[in-house]
Amino acid sequence: MAKVGSPSEERAGARGRVPSRHPEEGAAGAEGRFKTEEMILNVGPQHPATHGVFRLLATIDGEVLIDADPVIGYMHRGYEKLVEQRDYRQITNLVSRMDWLSGINNELPLALAVEKLMEIEVPPRAQYLRVILCEMNRILNHLMFFASFGAELGAITPTFYAFREREDIQRVMEATTGGRMHFGFFRPGGIKEDVPEGFVEGALAGVRQVIDRLPDYENLLVGNEIFKQRTIDIGILEEEAAYSYGVSGPIARGSGITMDVRKDEPYLVYDQFDFDVQSAPNGDCFDRFWVLIREVGESARIVEQAIEGLPPGPIMGKVPRVIQAPEGEVYVRCENPLGELGMYLVSDGDRRPYRLKIRTPSYSNVSALSYVLKNTYVSDMIAILGSFFFVLGDIDR
Amino acid sequence: MAVIEKVKLPGPASWLLNWSRKYSLWMMQFGLACCGIEMGAAIASKFDIIRFGVIPFPASPRQADLLVVAGTVTDKMAAPIKRVYDQMPEPKYVISMGSCANCGGPYWDSYAVTKGVDQIIPVDVYVPGCPPRPEALLQGVIRLQQKISGENPSEKWLGHTTPIPVIPEPGLAGGV
Repeated sequence: MAKVGSPSEERAGARGRVPSRHPEEGAAGAEGRFKTEEMILNVGPQHPATHGVFRLLATIDGEVLIDADPVIGYMHRGYEKLVEQRDYRQITNLVSRMDWLSGINNELPLALAVEKLMEIEVPPRAQYLRVILCEMNRILNHLMFFASFGAELGAITPTFYAFREREDIQRVMEATTGGRMHFGFFRPGGIKEDVPEGFVEGALAGVRQVIDRLPDYENLLVGNEIFKQRTIDIGILEEEAAYSYGVSGPIARGSGITMDVRKDEPYLVYDQFDFDVQSAPNGDCFDRFWVLIREVGESARIVEQAIEGLPPGPIMGKVPRVIQAPEGEVYVRCENPLGELGMYLVSDGDRRPYRLKIRTPSYSNVSALSYVLKNTYVSDMIAILGSFFFVLGDIDR
Repeated sequence: MAVIEKVKLPGPASWLLNWSRKYSLWMMQFGLACCGIEMGAAIASKFDIIRFGVIPFPASPRQADLLVVAGTVTDKMAAPIKRVYDQMPEPKYVISMGSCANCGGPYWDSYAVTKGVDQIIPVDVYVPGCPPRPEALLQGVIRLQQKISGENPSEKWLGHTTPIPVIPEPGLAGGV
């Protein structure tokens, strides 16, 4: 089992290759580029590599993408309107289905927003359990990225390994919440019920197994020359561009931005845990992959610490029978596995929200795609789309 | 093909045809939403849908026999789904996976969601759940195989709808 080094060490071993970005028109364009007739290539909405119903209108000149226009809206379900018809407990189950890879992380900002408006104190045990479940869900999400990114680059093996690990963690979460993907477990004021017997042992076993096996899995891809050549220096998103497009989460951290809401603006009890914000400086596909895989280890560290310090006590604060947020407005942001998830809740004192604006991470991340895809080669398009790990339900809501 | 259309098949021949068809279903995965992940789990290591003779990853819908619509069908997505279905050659089958594809599910009052994929294309088997467990999809596949084994192949090739046969209780896979 070879140990995987830092991104710069790993990159140093890769052989040289042709530059991924085609020289811009002008400087080398006149003699270096052979112009052909422009053609519009439609990718999607049904395409297995876009994990979902993402559509891309690519204008290509020979092998070079000169323009890429993402078309979204194929999964628009009208969330922001639907939640106005449902009361706060029902919304929990609805927002859980918004980003289907990180159900419980979506429920969290809603619960936090309602608690902030109603000034409910959440008992520490519930806060610790929330952290544990959120981080386990983050591991599930990142494993799914590992599975899909490998498959998109032509390696199907990571899919089978990642799904094996997912099943182990999903079994623990299912024993606790009753759902494999959509949990509906966080309520305003706490969590639905206390964890069952054997949760601590099961969670620890599942998480430690992931940590044990992760280096091997990483080596499957990082130790592979083909993988390196397809990802290193491909699809570069510079730090300034990432800032200006509002990119957040692991995609931004892959561009050298050390921004993590868990560290910068701690919610729940994240300030009590010792974990690092992983980031990589280059902003290419390899660095984004590296950051996402490294975060699995950090999440596992948080789970271990939280289980160690799990206090006894009640799991629900003092909540009235009818949840009726007082008049007011509040903005809460949390670190979703894919970036910053914000919820702006406006209440007029009813059982239902007056308005709930949802700021989803994938939507902002995907807006940088047309910038990154410009002047790249067609064969790199799938690698770039895969490394911008987006979930269509999260984009369209 | 032409012979099958004109001649009434003798019993053993149609049994053989059905038997071979039901264990080599090429599955076009239409993973739309959450159910797509569970469909992936059904294909992956633990549940392994290939042992039922269902082969995922066809290169295009033109090579597929079975369309699994897994997830929320929005009005914007309805036209591409119809198009993929039309590209598939007869005989073809459709499994609607999950509450959203069945009837709209939790988005029953949404302005953007099609309430059931059966408004666009004919559906053979409905798999309930939100999302259904991978085992539920496997059970749906078994039900579809039971349906295929009771079919009259010549009618199916002509595109006629076959009356749904009485499905025996689930026992051995396929119930042959």
